[in-house]
Amino acid sequence: MRKILIANRGEIASRIIRTCKELGILTVAIYSEADKEAPFVSQADEAYLLGAPRVEESYMDMDKVFEIANQSGAEAIHPGYGFFSENAAFAKRCKEEGITFIGPSPEVIAKMGNKIEARLLMKQAGMPVVPGTDQAVESAEEAVEAAEKIGYPVMLKAAAGGGGIGMVSAANREECVKAFASNSERAKRFFGDGSMFVEKKIENARHIEVQIIADDNGNVIHLFDRECSIQRRNQKVIEEAVSPFLSEQTRNEICMSAVNAAKSIGYVNAGTFEFIADEQENFYFLEMNTRIQVEHPVTEEVTGIDIVQEQLNVARGKAILIDQSEVKRIGHAIEARIYAEDPHTFFPSPGKITTLIVPEMENLRNEVAVVEDYTVTPFYDPMIAKVIARGENREEACDALIAGLEKWQIEGIKTNKQMVLDILKSAEFKDGNTTTDFVAKYYLPNSKK
Amino acid sequence: MHEIKASMAGNVWKIVVEAGETVEAGQDVVILESMKMEIPISTESKGIVKEIKVEEGSFVNEGDVLITLEA
Repeated sequence: MRKILIANRGEIASRIIRTCKELGILTVAIYSEADKEAPFVSQADEAYLLGAPRVEESYMDMDKVFEIANQSGAEAIHPGYGFFSENAAFAKRCKEEGITFIGPSPEVIAKMGNKIEARLLMKQAGMPVVPGTDQAVESAEEAVEAAEKIGYPVMLKAAAGGGGIGMVSAANREECVKAFASNSERAKRFFGDGSMFVEKKIENARHIEVQIIADDNGNVIHLFDRECSIQRRNQKVIEEAVSPFLSEQTRNEICMSAVNAAKSIGYVNAGTFEFIADEQENFYFLEMNTRIQVEHPVTEEVTGIDIVQEQLNVARGKAILIDQSEVKRIGHAIEARIYAEDPHTFFPSPGKITTLIVPEMENLRNEVAVVEDYTVTPFYDPMIAKVIARGENREEACDALIAGLEKWQIEGIKTNKQMVLDILKSAEFKDGNTTTDFVAKYYLPNSKK
Repeated sequence: MHEIKASMAGNVWKIVVEAGETVEAGQDVVILESMKMEIPISTESKGIVKEIKVEEGSFVNEGDVLITLEA
C-alpha cells in the first residue's frame, strides 16, 4: 500500500496522516472550500478540493471522491469516522473501483447498520440485548402491551428518528399512552413515520464499549474496554480507558462477548461493540460501530497499540500484528472532547478562533483540528479537538488532563473547555459516579450562565 | 405581531407549519440544523402564521426572524 486517500476531515484526517507518515505511506487529502485553511490539508502529501462547504457537495459526493481517488492513484481509502465510514454502498464501490476500503466488508457494514438486524444477529451470537420490541409498534395499545411485557420504566423511540429527537421515557401505563401520543405525533411531523420502538430503560446506566481488531484469517483480539458515559445531547464528552466501574470478572466477560460476536459475523478490521450496563454490571448490546471511533486514543494510550496501523495492516490482508496474550494495559487514560459550543445550552458556536495555545506536556496528547485564525463553520461536527491524558492510575490521568486543559487557550468562539474542567474537578467524577445522566444530574444544576 | 427567531446559526432543515395555520404555544414551527445538531424552534404564544421568512435549506444567523405570527 503506497498511497491512501483519506475520505474525511479534521482531527481524524490528521491522525491517519500521522500513522501513514510513520509507515512511509503517501496520503491524499480531500477538502471542501470551508476547510481550505484546516491543518489536515497541508499535512497530507497531496490535497484536492472537493467543492462547496455543504457535505452533499463535498465530503458526501461519492462520485467526486472516487474521481479524485483514481486521479491521484490512491490504492486505498481510509474513511475515518462519520461520512462514508459506515456506508455499505461506498465500501462496495471501492471493491468495484479496485480500491481497498480500510474497514469491514460492505455486507457486514449493512448488517450491523440495520438496528433490527444487528440486534437479532447479536441475540443469535449469545449477546445480551436490551429487552425490547424487535419490530416497531403502531399504536398506544401496542406500546402499552409491549411495555408491560418488558416492565416499566421503558423508553419509546421513534423508529425513523435519530439525534435525540423522538426519545421519551415512561414509568407507567398512563405515561406510556401519553408518551406514545406526543412522540408519535412529533415523529410523524418530523420524519413522516409515527411508529415507535419500546425498550427497557436502564437506570443509572453506564456506556461501556469494547474495541476489537479482526483479520482475514479469523483472528480477533480485544483491546479492553472504554467508558464513555459522560455525554450531552447523547454525544460523548469525556471518555476513559478502562472503565472505572467494571470488575475484572465483568471486564473479561464483556470483552470476550465482543470477540465471540465479531467472530460470529465474520468481522474484519477495527470495530467497537457498544453496551449499556446497569448498576449490577449486567451489560446489554446497543450497537456496533464498524469503523475507528473518536475515542480510540484512550485505548491506544493504555495498550500502546496504534489502531490505525492495525487497520492498515489487516486491510492489506496481513495477520494482526499482536496476539491477545501480548495485549497489556498499563495505567489509565482520559479524553476530553473540545466542542465549539455554548457550554450551557450546548448550542453550536461557529466563528473565528482568534487565539489558540495548545500546551505540549508530558502525558498529554492533543488531537487538534483547527489553528489560530481558522473559522469554525456550521457545516460540520462541533468537535474541534481532543485532549487525552494518561497516568499510572485514574487520579493521575485526571490531574494530567486538568493541568493540560488549564494551559489550553482558545478564544473567539465559545467552547466547552470550562465545562470539562468542572466535571473533571468534581467529587462525583473523582468518585467514578460517571453514569449517563451525569451532565443532567451533577453539571447542569451547578452550571452558571 | 410576534416574531419567532433563530436561537443559533445554521441551516433551515424543515419548516413544519404553513402560512395561515393556527399554532399553539409550545408548538414546533421550524427545525434548524447546525454542526449536525437539529434544534426544533417552537412558538411561545398561540397565533396564526403570517409570514414564513426563510426557505428550507437557507442559512440563518442567531437572532434572524424565521416566522411572524399574528395574535
